[in-house]
Amino acid sequence: MTATIARDEGGAAAALPFAYPRRKRRIKGSSIAILVFLSMCAAFMAIPLYVVIVTSFKTMQQITLGEIFSLPTTWTLEPWSKAWNGLCTGLECNGIKTGFFTSVKILFPSLFLSLGISSVTGYALALWNVRWAGSFMFILFMCAFVPFQIIMIPLIILVSGVGIYGTVWAIAVVHAILSMPLLTLIFRNFYKDIPRELMSAAMMDSGSFWRVYLEIILPMSGNIMVVVLILMITSVWNDYLIGLTFGGFGAQPMTLILANSVITSRGEIIYNVDMAAALLTAVPPLVVYFALGRFFVQGITAGAIKG
Amino acid sequence: MPRVQFQNIVKQYGRLTVLADLNLTVENGEFLVLLGPSGCGKTTLLNLLAGLLDVTAGRILIDERDVTDLDPKDRGLAMVFQSYALYPTKTVRGNLKFGLASQRLSRAEVEKRIEWAARLLQIDKLYDRKPAQLSGGQRQRVAIGRALVKNVGVFLFDEPLSNLDAKLRTEMRLEIKKLHNQLKHTIVYVTHDQIEAMTMATRIAVMDAGVIQQVGSPDAIYEAPSNLFVARFIGSPAINVLDATLKVSGDAVVAVHPPTAITVDLSAYPFATRPADGATASIGLRPEHFSPGNGNGSRPAAVFELPVRYTEKTGSDATAFLAAGEQLISVRIEPARMKSVTPGDRLTMHFPADRLNVFDAQSGRRM
Repeated sequence: MTATIARDEGGAAAALPFAYPRRKRRIKGSSIAILVFLSMCAAFMAIPLYVVIVTSFKTMQQITLGEIFSLPTTWTLEPWSKAWNGLCTGLECNGIKTGFFTSVKILFPSLFLSLGISSVTGYALALWNVRWAGSFMFILFMCAFVPFQIIMIPLIILVSGVGIYGTVWAIAVVHAILSMPLLTLIFRNFYKDIPRELMSAAMMDSGSFWRVYLEIILPMSGNIMVVVLILMITSVWNDYLIGLTFGGFGAQPMTLILANSVITSRGEIIYNVDMAAALLTAVPPLVVYFALGRFFVQGITAGAIKG
Repeated sequence: MPRVQFQNIVKQYGRLTVLADLNLTVENGEFLVLLGPSGCGKTTLLNLLAGLLDVTAGRILIDERDVTDLDPKDRGLAMVFQSYALYPTKTVRGNLKFGLASQRLSRAEVEKRIEWAARLLQIDKLYDRKPAQLSGGQRQRVAIGRALVKNVGVFLFDEPLSNLDAKLRTEMRLEIKKLHNQLKHTIVYVTHDQIEAMTMATRIAVMDAGVIQQVGSPDAIYEAPSNLFVARFIGSPAINVLDATLKVSGDAVVAVHPPTAITVDLSAYPFATRPADGATASIGLRPEHFSPGNGNGSRPAAVFELPVRYTEKTGSDATAFLAAGEQLISVRIEPARMKSVTPGDRLTMHFPADRLNVFDAQSGRRM
């Protein structure tokens, strides 16, 4: 056995007393099935995306011909600029850019509030002796199972009672509240892995809840912050329902503008502009994902490797 | 410098009692080592003093001040942890500085203290490094530095050397001892390592099963252990224990080891109360007190003439294991002499009368 392998592998392997043969890759029935299944799944997502992308670069003339899979005969950026600057919703034709800036204005307070509230709550539950911490976690978790639609109307009344209905702050607060159960759990589990002695040392050195959080714990939570950040950016940006119900007329996010313009038609449907607007709306979370993706993977495995 | 008092300390976890009615006083400037096997409650006791755990009952006094219900930061203590517990995102300077987080000090005073501690511990060249960029010994120094800057009277150490390699451990041991001599803090030091305890302590408290077995100077603990547990825990190689029956006639007391008929003359032993004839006792014989001949001329308490079963050499030391019936008796021998000893040889060893330890076989208490 050793001799035959040594011959196969050549001179270098001959020096070893025993070498495992390299396993040959063989195509088996099961792997073909998996490949076909995965290709189908990919096609299911990719084909519509392809249609959306090529349509956004076509002229309306070509679109009316009805060949949705063909490449544009003349590539044009006009639908994109029209989507950005001149898309009509209702009576106004200000383009999707107003929605973009509203979405950005919603995004930052939402992120700030949700990350702030849940990381502090997670820190308190994981590292401080909070009375009834277990029951509190349980209730919080139960809240995660309550559908938003059920509490929507009471929430609207509550928010308008505070006087922020129809502003970006209403949307931000609702986002922060609704994401709290899940995010708190994520933060709590991350902070639970912080060595007990580190916390003891901090208790003896400072003993201040906020100081320990800001100076010791927060700087250690970079990885988990990135994970939660990506999670929240995606969900806040893609949200439609909260924006619709809490934004009023003053704070309509990008998704809302997009939906309005696609739904309200005046005779001819301008497909290429609609597609371009849809892509413009979908792109920002993708950009964030690519920019922070490296940290995202690190963040997911951060709990596993102590260092 | 303050003195620390534990008064009737009880600590329970649910139904489990870890410490029951414990009393201990650590005198001013003393280096007290809490020594015991894992799970004996020594770390619990330290955490109670630090305020990281709450007592179930009892009081803790530091310098006559009741600190039982105070927060850790308000007790006037500094602590060094087993895992160093340095803040990973802070530099060495940041770590030292955070040690002063609960004290309101001027910036100049903070700088002065950091400077002083860093120079004392020779870490003043490492100011801008993060803990991950430090070696084990350097991390240990930073951890001690973070405790030193607080300028408090009482220091707590929780097995601080157990994560270091053997050579560094010896160095740091000496270093901590030097610091204590220089600064005269009151130190409470937890360890399960008897060498650390013997070399550093001014007093040792040996603990087992949540009870303090004996408190005394290292010499007292070694020479006159108050019970069988302490005798067995201190000393390496461990003390030999012969279970024997006492024969009393007049002034003479002789212990007979039934399986081998070895006799030990206990007539010169200072019994606390005279034992009754036929009582059972455990005779403790330290391996290092055996001698090959009759060195000082006085009559030995016992003469062993037994075959060698195994030998062990550690360079500076050598131990022979003699077969006494089923039991092995370990005996320290001069390494030079050990060269001529092979298993199977018969050795004659004398044991001096003034080195005997006799314990009650039932209670384990010193007789």
